[in-house]
Amino acid sequence: MTWKLFSLLLEASLMTILVSAVSILMGLVMAIVLSGLRMSGSRVADAGAGVFISFFRGVPLLVQLLLIFNLLPVIGITLPSLATAIIGLSLCTAAYQAENLRGGFEGVAPGLIESAEMAGFTRMQSFIYIRTPIALRMTFPALVNEAILILKASSLVSVVGLIELTKMAQNLSASTYRPLPIFAAAGVIYLAINLVVAAIGQRAENALPGLPGK
Amino acid sequence: MTDPAINVSHVSKQFGETQVLRDISMQVEAGKVSCLIGPSGSGKSTLLRCMAFLEQATSGSIHIEGEPLGFTDGPQRRRQSPAELRRVRSRIGMVFQQFNLWPHMTALGNVAIALRKVRGMSRSDAEDRAMAQLDKVGLKERAHHYPAQLSGGQQQRVAIARALALDPTIMLFDEPTSALDPELTGEVLNVMRQLASEGMTMVVVTHEIGFAASVGNRIAFLDGGRLLFHDTPQAVFAAPREPRLEQFLDTYLDRGASMLK
Ligand SMILES: Nc1ncnc2c1ncn2[C@@H]1O[C@H](COP(=O)(O)OP(=O)(O)OP(=O)(O)O)[C@@H](O)[C@H]1O
Ligand SMILES: [Mg+2]
Repeated sequence: MTWKLFSLLLEASLMTILVSAVSILMGLVMAIVLSGLRMSGSRVADAGAGVFISFFRGVPLLVQLLLIFNLLPVIGITLPSLATAIIGLSLCTAAYQAENLRGGFEGVAPGLIESAEMAGFTRMQSFIYIRTPIALRMTFPALVNEAILILKASSLVSVVGLIELTKMAQNLSASTYRPLPIFAAAGVIYLAINLVVAAIGQRAENALPGLPGK
Repeated sequence: MTDPAINVSHVSKQFGETQVLRDISMQVEAGKVSCLIGPSGSGKSTLLRCMAFLEQATSGSIHIEGEPLGFTDGPQRRRQSPAELRRVRSRIGMVFQQFNLWPHMTALGNVAIALRKVRGMSRSDAEDRAMAQLDKVGLKERAHHYPAQLSGGQQQRVAIARALALDPTIMLFDEPTSALDPELTGEVLNVMRQLASEGMTMVVVTHEIGFAASVGNRIAFLDGGRLLFHDTPQAVFAAPREPRLEQFLDTYLDRGASMLK
């Protein structure tokens, strides 16, 4: 395992981090919107969000990625593989994050919503300023967990042609015929990234005010 | 003739099969304090929540300063739109037994946010105003603490400041001291006493009979969903003729209030 090979892996891991981070954040925004639709009081919106969530939780990510990759050109959209990867991953994580958030939203004490109502907030304002921040805090550990899952799942996006850590490892092992040290190194890099994510998550969790039990 | 601050007219409330409020009519005049007492389950909270339309009466109507609350008047009675309801409600401040402060905001944030988002004040104006309101309840030093870092009594005073910051003309309290340790009830009751002396219209559900006797202009006694009594403390405590009231007072009367007898 030369430094040259390792530095190529490190470089590719930046792509892994980029795709995952953007997908997590976009997925979070989408998950909040999905939660809003579910609680909007409109049956159509609720059902739509429900179908979206069932689909993206029920179909394997690899199949989703291949579907998007093959579907977009058919409807006349050609996107760079980075964009395709981010769309696929963020749609998938949005569904999971919406499910995680659901528990948080259900855990917001009714009295907190009533006091928002009495303070004159509209439904939307109450959702934005009161319910969502509280739900996010209550489900923050699940969000960190989801970030780690997505970092690992991002190894699948090579199927849309993106060269991230796993794809780079495959390429290098094919060209050097030394898969073992290369995949071992890739594994160590994934592990290191996830340990950092977990540590940051822990620190952020401790710093967040208003978590239950604090 | 001026309208009463709160006019409850023939209000009944059912939860499924259970009749919780039975044909209740009462008025609260502007600037007066009515204390709602009665046994557990008699419907005190439900009546108070109806006065804020947090609970919808099954029949009857409620007017706030002459304006209908929840439903429009007239032959085409319909539910008020959210905006109409907000406008009538803006005169009402509510304080809950469980404080209900938003846990992700500091005391200052709790008081300031509605000023910003509902009243459209700038952040600095809202925070100045919020700070003044916290000062009034003696919590200026705690402005940057989160609810979890405050005692129950302090949280309840923040909740009062939060309601007062929006300039209500009516304040509703649902057992504001019942979740507090006995040594903390005093600080909250003092803030409420002060508020009453400034002429705020208040309805207070309370088990603090001493407070009701000394601060209440009227005492309302609920039993089994019926309003059996709505009269001055003197009338209620000096000559309890209703056997149910007498029985209730015997159970609840603390030494201070029994001296009034
Ligand atoms: N959301 C609800 N659904 C069904 N029943 C309810 C509901 N809220 C209250 N009740 C019932 O209505 C009755 C009156 O309740 P309420 O909370 O108004 O009493 P209360 O006088 O405030 O009692 P306490 O002193 O214990 O607070 C009770 O029998 C209660 O079980
Ligand atoms: Mg009650």
